[in-house]
Amino acid sequence: MLVDGAGIAVAALGFGFVYGLSARQAGFSPIEALAMSVIVFGGAAQFAAVGYVASGLAWPGIVLLTALLNARHLLYSAALGPWLREVPFARRAVMAHLLTDEAFALSVGHFRRLGRTDEWGYWIGAIVSTFIPWNLATLAGVLLGGQIPDPARFGIDIIFPAAMIGLAVGLITGRRELVAAMVGAGVGVLVALFTSPAIGIIVGGLIGPAVGLLVPAALAREIAPLGSLPSADRYLMPGSRVRRPPDTDDAGAPR
Amino acid sequence: MSTELVGLAVLMFLVTYPSRALGLLTPGMERLPRQALDYLQLVGPAILAALAAVSVMVATDDAGRPWFHVGVEWIAVIACLAVTAWRRNLLLGLIAAVAIVVVARATGFAALPG
Repeated sequence: MLVDGAGIAVAALGFGFVYGLSARQAGFSPIEALAMSVIVFGGAAQFAAVGYVASGLAWPGIVLLTALLNARHLLYSAALGPWLREVPFARRAVMAHLLTDEAFALSVGHFRRLGRTDEWGYWIGAIVSTFIPWNLATLAGVLLGGQIPDPARFGIDIIFPAAMIGLAVGLITGRRELVAAMVGAGVGVLVALFTSPAIGIIVGGLIGPAVGLLVPAALAREIAPLGSLPSADRYLMPGSRVRRPPDTDDAGAPR
Repeated sequence: MSTELVGLAVLMFLVTYPSRALGLLTPGMERLPRQALDYLQLVGPAILAALAAVSVMVATDDAGRPWFHVGVEWIAVIACLAVTAWRRNLLLGLIAAVAIVVVARATGFAALPG
């Protein structure tokens, strides 16, 4: 748990720093960038918000896309629920805010290895390994980003689109995801050229998954259903890995 | 110092928290329709890919009119995609992308944006 958590923490530091730089580049103040990291606490959604704001997307659109992008957490919380049902309601309510891809992967893997729930393990995975490094790195990135006199000369402007495509790669493990991503990108660009970048992103993000669903199940090659332990790696910060116990195919929650 | 986007962060929290909390606080949430779960699983790749593509392929002029942009940024993003897929490491991909852009701009092969 601690070794895995240390690896996650290092990744969170690096990625949080990059987020801070991108947010600064998009015009976020340090308070705004840090508020996103503390209040939203969702890497992909935060990066996406940087792009939405930069493209001039109205807040209702940003909120809608955030809801869709973060809806996968529903599967994580459903998988963790049986493990944590003995924890008092108020503490579970706090745990929910800290539930990220990383916290899910660390805690479920830890519980499986122990064969029981370990509440402290959850808190360590969620706070020490993820929340604290993510927020410290965000602050460092947004503050240092403001000290760079000519960001484009240092390629800072490319970090955002590169991070987006890298995150998308981490989510693509089947043909449906691949089709959804390609259609989302293509439709997004086409619509953006005839309307605006903001509208293109929304339309691409909504039509891509619909077309992806048209891929027949027999061809989809789904290898890691969402909410299972194998799926956790897909949503971790790329480069991070969590060791899982042998013969673990699912979250293995107590029934 | 601007704090306007703090309000946006609160709204984003309000739509994120339920998906994080429902399963922990309410048993049985995993029984959503299969089609809905499948759709939600595909939203991430689609939105992220759309963001990346629009960011590097669509630029706007002073009047806000969009136009198709071709530049070294395409190569940088494709390099990031390739490195991330190959090494499963986003940080390496980002380093590759930034290096390509920095070298291209420093040597005059690409112009600075704007």
